Amino acid sequence: MPYIKLESHLPGITGLLEYSKDTAQPIRDLTQVLLRGPSSLSEAERELIATVVSHGNQCVFCTTAHTAAADLLAGESETAACVKTDIETAPVSEKMKALLTIAKQTRESGKSVTEDSITRAKVAGATDIEIHDTVLIAALFCLYNRYVDGLGTSLPENEEYYGVLADRIVYHGYTRLPQGYDHLKGNNR
Amino acid sequence: MAHIDLGNELPGIRGLMAFSPLTEKPLNALAEVLLRGDNSLTRGERELIGTYVSYLNDCFFCQNVHGAMAGHYLGCNIEEIDAIKKDFINQNITAKMKALLTIAGSVQKGGKHVSHDQIELAKIEGASDMEIHDTVLIAASFCMFNRYVDGLATLAPEDRQFYINRAPQRAEEGYTASVYK
Repeated sequence: MPYIKLESHLPGITGLLEYSKDTAQPIRDLTQVLLRGPSSLSEAERELIATVVSHGNQCVFCTTAHTAAADLLAGESETAACVKTDIETAPVSEKMKALLTIAKQTRESGKSVTEDSITRAKVAGATDIEIHDTVLIAALFCLYNRYVDGLGTSLPENEEYYGVLADRIVYHGYTRLPQGYDHLKGNNR
Repeated sequence: MAHIDLGNELPGIRGLMAFSPLTEKPLNALAEVLLRGDNSLTRGERELIGTYVSYLNDCFFCQNVHGAMAGHYLGCNIEEIDAIKKDFINQNITAKMKALLTIAGSVQKGGKHVSHDQIELAKIEGASDMEIHDTVLIAASFCMFNRYVDGLATLAPEDRQFYINRAPQRAEEGYTASVYK
C-alpha cells in the first residue's frame, strides 16, 4: 500500500506523476531531454545507465521498467542483464564500461566519482558532454528511485505491465500521454 | 577543478547549467515549483528540507545556498541553521517539521528506509498527504542536485558569507528568473 492515496491502476512512478502534475512536468521534461534528446550516446546506452543505477538502488519497479526499455531498444536482453551483474565483463564498449562505472559511483555519492574513472572515460573517447549526461542521468535516477520507494508505491500485479510501459517509453517517450492514463484501468493490474 | 571543461568560472550548479542549457531549464523549473510554488509548507520549511538533505550528502555548495535561503525566510542566522542540520530534534521547530525532516533523512539513505511508523508520526503531527509527498520529492530532488554538483567536482566558494549575501535577491526573483538561479 502506498503511503499516500494514489490511483490504484497506476503502479510505480506513473501514479506519483499523475498525483502531482505540477512537479511531474519538469521531471518529465528533464528525462525526455536526457534520455531521448539529441546525444552521441544511443537511447539504449542511456537506458543502461538508468538500469544500472536503479539496480544499485534496489528499486524493483525502475530496474524492471528500464531493463525492459533497454532490451527493446537493443533487440536483445543479454547486455542489460550483464551490466547489472558485472560491468567489466558485460558486452559493451570500453567507453560504456567507463561511463557505467561513473554512474555507479554517482549513485553512491557525488563525492565517490574518482579522477581515475573520469580519466578512464576520457581515454576511452568519452566527451565532456557524455560524462556530464552520464552523471546527470545517474543523479536523476537517484531521484526517481527514492521517489518511487520513499512513498511505498505498489508494483504491477502483472509482469506484462512492464512490456506495455517499455513500449510506451520507447515509442512515445517520457512526456505525459495526451489522453492521460484512464485507459489502463482494469486491464493492466 | 571540475571533472569536465565547463567553459565558465561560475560556482556550483550554475557552471553546470551554463554548460548544459537544455537540462538547465527543467532543473530550474523543478526547483521553482518545489521550493517556491503554492504549498502549505512555507518556503522556509521547504528550503530547510533541501538544506538538511544536502548536509547529509555533504554537498558544501547546496547546503550553503539553501541554508542561506532557509535562514532568509525563517529569520534565522547561519548558526541556527547549522544547529538544525546537526540536531533538529532538539531545536525550536514544529513537531510536524521534525517528523518531515526524519522522513527526508530516510529518503537520503534510500527510498526503502522510509518506514510506516515515520509516515504515521508525520500524519499524527498534522502532515497532509501532499506535504508528505512534497517532503519525499524535495529530499529525492536534492539527492539528484547534490550528486550533479559533486559528481562533476564543481567549484564552491569557501566563504559562507557569499551564499548569505545572495539569498535575498534569489528569494525575490526565484530559481528560473534570478541571475543567481
